[in-house]
Amino acid sequence: MASEVEETMKRIQSHKGVVGTIVVNSEGIPIKTTMDNTTTVQYAGLISQLSDKARSVVRDLDPTNDLTFLRIRSRKHEIMVAPDKEFILIVIQNPTE
Amino acid sequence: MDVQYVYTKKRSEFGRPCFFVDEGPKLMENIMPNREFHNGYIFKNPVNRSTQCSSVLAEHEVNTIRAQYDQRGMNHTEGGWPREVNPTDEEQTLRFKKKIEKDEMYVHTVLQLTHAMEHCILQNNAINIYEEYFEDVESATLMERCSARTLNVYRDPNKVKRPVTHLSWSPDGGTRLAVSHCNLEFQRRSPDLSTFSYIWEVENPNKPQLILKPSVPIVCLEYNPKDVNCLVSGMFSGQVAFWDVRKGSTPVDMSILEPSHRDPVYSVLWINSKSGTEFFSSSTDGQVKWWDTRKLNEPSETLILDIVKGEEQILSRALGASCLEYEGTIPTRFMVGTENGCVISCNRKGKTPAEKIVSKYTAHVGPVYALQRNPSFVKNFLTIGDWMARIWSEDCKESSIMWTCNHQAQLTDGAWSPTRSSVFFTTRMDGSLDAWDILRNQKEAVISVKVCDYQLSNLRVHDQGQLVAVGNNMGTSYLAEFSENLAATQRNDKVLLTAVS
Repeated sequence: MASEVEETMKRIQSHKGVVGTIVVNSEGIPIKTTMDNTTTVQYAGLISQLSDKARSVVRDLDPTNDLTFLRIRSRKHEIMVAPDKEFILIVIQNPTE
Repeated sequence: MDVQYVYTKKRSEFGRPCFFVDEGPKLMENIMPNREFHNGYIFKNPVNRSTQCSSVLAEHEVNTIRAQYDQRGMNHTEGGWPREVNPTDEEQTLRFKKKIEKDEMYVHTVLQLTHAMEHCILQNNAINIYEEYFEDVESATLMERCSARTLNVYRDPNKVKRPVTHLSWSPDGGTRLAVSHCNLEFQRRSPDLSTFSYIWEVENPNKPQLILKPSVPIVCLEYNPKDVNCLVSGMFSGQVAFWDVRKGSTPVDMSILEPSHRDPVYSVLWINSKSGTEFFSSSTDGQVKWWDTRKLNEPSETLILDIVKGEEQILSRALGASCLEYEGTIPTRFMVGTENGCVISCNRKGKTPAEKIVSKYTAHVGPVYALQRNPSFVKNFLTIGDWMARIWSEDCKESSIMWTCNHQAQLTDGAWSPTRSSVFFTTRMDGSLDAWDILRNQKEAVISVKVCDYQLSNLRVHDQGQLVAVGNNMGTSYLAEFSENLAATQRNDKVLLTAVS
């Protein structure tokens, strides 16, 4: 089972334009990452806060609703966040131009 | 001398009212002057006095409010590690991470999340959802509704109202409007009819800024486009006069009767000359005269509008000129609109009178009231007369290239908009002001405003194209403002207009 996870992560990383992948747990600890430590720590801290905020926004507007995906597009790349109750999967990609 | 006075009083007498008693003066002490002291005085001579003649200076100190600067930094550290794990110890963190990876929850969640993530990644790779697709297509200009409203009303301050005969905007962006009043009806002049004409400030419709007091009423009045202070006017008696607003209410100079026109001067226009002092005038007596403001005792040149090509120009055959047209960019040519409906295009530089009159267009059934070249397309010009407005091209002599339908009321004046090349304005005898846009609708006016109930006699468009001044028969001038879309040029206007014409 663990190897499946490994394979999937490798597969994601190998997609065109993907810069890095991070798995963060609910406490903000990066569990798995393909980038260097400082960047990872930064992303983990900032994104988990943002994801929490986004989720609270969605749920405040409609309590039956929940956040499924969050995409932050910037000039240089796109940060995609897939949140869950326990973990958060973060992928940074350079979209095709 | 003793300065003390001691007295005793019984305690029971305290607080009793005082009974004052008058007493005469008593000499206490008398100190006589002592002459010997005088010898002790020495006169001070010379006495030193100092003065200073300089500016009084004072010193002041001022200090601006200081801004407080603060340097802040943020330190990202890892947090959230459980108590037993030491973040700096790499082995411990690794062990912790491995432990979590073994957790089934972890595996399951990650697999699920990656599913959604992969979808988005592939989507990103497939197509750029934020791409600008139609970059070179301009947003289509919306068809805006046109509107017009009257801004200001300038009434003839006289008791007896005289019709407005001419309007002229001042060249400095049009802050002032010169209005001439004259009763043009034959033999209507009575001695007590005022001859005044006015210069109004656009903002102030209550009182004219300057009252021009000639000896004869002014029929037409024009500001010098190069000098905001000078005006030239054509009078009812056929004379022309030169005014300077700084001088006051009387003309600086006026031409004498003999060499002037024999009929009221209906049109006067400035010429683009080096000195900026030349102008020409026309009148219904069939003559066009050129003048120099410095020498108004005789015209510099005269042309008799006799279109019969003979040896000589005879005044009796000449056609009365009702309006003039001059375009600054074509300095040697000008056009005259006549009373019988012809438009004559003339060349000033012609040697013989026959050469001077270049071509003739039969324009209207009645007198041509207005004649103006299109400011952007100088080959095309607009004529207003009888019941319709016509647009002509110089090359096409047989007929106009475009004309409006016959209106219910006679048209009295018209002008192109100086900013938008496809827009022109006309005034009618029933008191309405029309704006036409030949690009939009050629059959009818884009907008028609009923300004007043009386016949509108004159029209002048402001340099910026949005304001129009109209004058009516009762001596009242109105300032109308049209909506933006009639004044601002659109990019395609010129292109489309060339295609049309």
